[in-house]
Amino acid sequence: MTPLLSARAVRKTYGRGVALVRAVDEVDLDVATGETVAIMGPSGCGKSTLLHLLGGLDRPDSGQITLAGKQVSRLGERGLARMRRSAVGFVFQAFHLMDELTAVENVELPALLAGRPPRAARRRALELLDRTGLADRARFLPSALSGGQRQRVAVARALANEPLIVLADEPTGNLDSAATLDVLRLFDGLHDAGQTLVIVTHDSRIAATADRLITMRDGAFVDETRLTGGTAGSLGKLAGLES
Amino acid sequence: MGRLALIARLALRDLRHRPVEALLVLIAITAATTTLTLGLVLHGTSTGHSYEQTRAATAGPDAVATDVSASYLPRVLARAKQAGVVAVGGPYPVASVLMRAHGYTAGVTAEGRDQASGPIDRPDVVQGTWVTPGGVVVERSFAAALGLSVGERVTLNGRVLRVAGIAVTAASPPYPESGFLATPLAAGDEPGLVWLTRAEAASLATPAAPLTYTVEVKLADPAATTALAGADGFTGNWTSWQAIAAEDAKEVTNEQLVLDVGSWLLGLLSVASVAVLVGGRLAEQTRRVGLLKAVGGTPGTVLLVLLAEYLMLALAATAAGLAAGRLAAPVLTSFSFFAGLQAAPADPPVTAATAALVLAAALAIAMLATALPALRAARASTVRALADAARTPARRARLTALSARLPAPLLLGLRLAARRPGRSVLSGVSVAITVTTLVTVLIYRASHGQPPPGAAAAAGGPSANPISQVMLVITVVLVVLAVVNAVFTAWATVLDARYPSALARTFGTTPSQVAAAVLAAQLLPALPGALIGVPAGVGLYAAVSNGSALTMPSDQWVAAVVAGALLAVALFTAVPARLGAHGPVAAILRSETA
Repeated sequence: MTPLLSARAVRKTYGRGVALVRAVDEVDLDVATGETVAIMGPSGCGKSTLLHLLGGLDRPDSGQITLAGKQVSRLGERGLARMRRSAVGFVFQAFHLMDELTAVENVELPALLAGRPPRAARRRALELLDRTGLADRARFLPSALSGGQRQRVAVARALANEPLIVLADEPTGNLDSAATLDVLRLFDGLHDAGQTLVIVTHDSRIAATADRLITMRDGAFVDETRLTGGTAGSLGKLAGLES
Repeated sequence: MGRLALIARLALRDLRHRPVEALLVLIAITAATTTLTLGLVLHGTSTGHSYEQTRAATAGPDAVATDVSASYLPRVLARAKQAGVVAVGGPYPVASVLMRAHGYTAGVTAEGRDQASGPIDRPDVVQGTWVTPGGVVVERSFAAALGLSVGERVTLNGRVLRVAGIAVTAASPPYPESGFLATPLAAGDEPGLVWLTRAEAASLATPAAPLTYTVEVKLADPAATTALAGADGFTGNWTSWQAIAAEDAKEVTNEQLVLDVGSWLLGLLSVASVAVLVGGRLAEQTRRVGLLKAVGGTPGTVLLVLLAEYLMLALAATAAGLAAGRLAAPVLTSFSFFAGLQAAPADPPVTAATAALVLAAALAIAMLATALPALRAARASTVRALADAARTPARRARLTALSARLPAPLLLGLRLAARRPGRSVLSGVSVAITVTTLVTVLIYRASHGQPPPGAAAAAGGPSANPISQVMLVITVVLVVLAVVNAVFTAWATVLDARYPSALARTFGTTPSQVAAAVLAAQLLPALPGALIGVPAGVGLYAAVSNGSALTMPSDQWVAAVVAGALLAVALFTAVPARLGAHGPVAAILRSETA
């Protein structure tokens, strides 16, 4: 079966000479539709850079990335933007919500920017907030939400344009245990609904919830494990977040 | 003392750390202080005194009869022999002719004179010699308007003559107001004044414009001219020396008024420019403010350090403005109405009162523009400041709902403009002031029968109205300042839009859409600013013209000014907007969380 997302010999370096850093070094990756892949490794190993390359936020120095049959690395700025608009949803560690917009306004923003009618965008945003358990917080500003609630808003926003894949960069890095469990449950629900997920994390408890775990060090993949429990298991117990 | 020294040292260090921004603030305030200095210096230069000096030095007449026809001349001469008249000058033959010089064509009053001086009205030759056969003497303000100098060739009704000299007289107001003593050749034509030999003046007359005469008288009591007029004396063609002096004073007063209004407009624009610069600069200093507070600086200390920087720049701008105004004043008087007077103030003084007023204005500009952002920075939370957290933008619920219906660039643009309403207002005010000035200048030119700027040369006449020239200088300075303002507002908006733009790009907004959004954020406040500028310009002209007739320029010119202002804003925003829209998304998002 053709993978939804594929990376071949992808490389990204920063600096020159002795200061050269191989952030991503000859990485190969295939992600199947509906699969949840966790990429784990210490800080600075290149996980986030790889995620940015996969999502078309950055360009590789060499190698090929293909998403839904389209070569991402061949796309121009406009093409990359279109791809992000229709096929990719991002979730960041720092949430990156607009402080001056309410939860529902944040969630509907990608749909509005994609040219969806305002009513349809609002309806979809409210549905997503309902799915993420935040229907009663729709008109709250981010400053009035807890960390976990903010990240759930960010996840809802990532889903606004019904993306083929959601790329999450340390989605629980800024959260306490309870909030982490909330977000994991949310991802579990997404996985059950057939959403493809790539989660970058340095937390082994989060990684253990994926279908597949890839370990990264110094820009390269050093280990790959298929997890039998995956997100279908009891998330909280698996992640050690509840007794 | 130690605290003050520390504050001064910190302020100076920061100024040296960001020299370009400091220089731009300096330029913005200096533009206002220079114009204010010019206005105040010219205010201190009394035209009455200069006219009196010219009158004394040239044995100026107490009354002049001009445009007297040959048939009416005996009656005028009879009147000149009445009691109280102690000396008579003339009758001098006068031809109304067309003069060509330096590519210009202008109507002139060519007055025939003897080579020897008469008893009254002996024009003071400031360059060259008095009239000779083949040599014409040009009145100084007219010569300045045409850029004429001694030795050059001019053509009078097709006859080539040499400029023998340049002179000043008290018998006529300076060009272009000298026409108020003569019948213009054509409507709207303001004739200049030249002297030549009687024979040559007589030979220049044509059947269409026959010879007329000028008669001048000196009275036993120069103040009695008004009384004589009441006794059927100085009516018709007669003009008193008081009327000539009043015409001089009126024009110089108008010139000073233009400078005063220009100073105000430039002052306001300077406040807007400096506020934009300071706002952008203080936003970059959040971390520095946090560090100052973390090491024990009180909010008061932080406020003083930030204010001290701009007060230092205001002091420097005062010195620069006084020096520039002092240097520019003689240049201004050389082409102003003063040029027609013998005692043109070549070296107008800068008094202590002028210096104090200019200093007060500079400090006021700096304080007005700096106080609010400095106070905001001083009150900021130390922890947030250390984290270099951007100030939370204002929420505009209705605007957010309204913008949801717009296409992506307008949606983002409107929200970007609303994030920093203060900057948007300053941007709109800047455009409004510029358009107000341009519309006022256009109305002035239309009301005085002058073509719009740029069309003067094509019309063939000298663009010599000193008020127009003063307006032109002020307009150029103002437009330059407005351009600087537009560029910096654009940069500040681009910097502020980095994060929301990067976020929008992760959702699939293209760089072109982001650039268009920044453009929209700049144009949205500029549009009402430009539109308000039109009635504001009409109002300003009506307010300063003391109810004199107002002629609106053509709709095309007004539309061109509004469209031009918006186009300029778009042009000066395009480059920073485009550069900002192509920044690396991942790096920007990372820096926001660093």
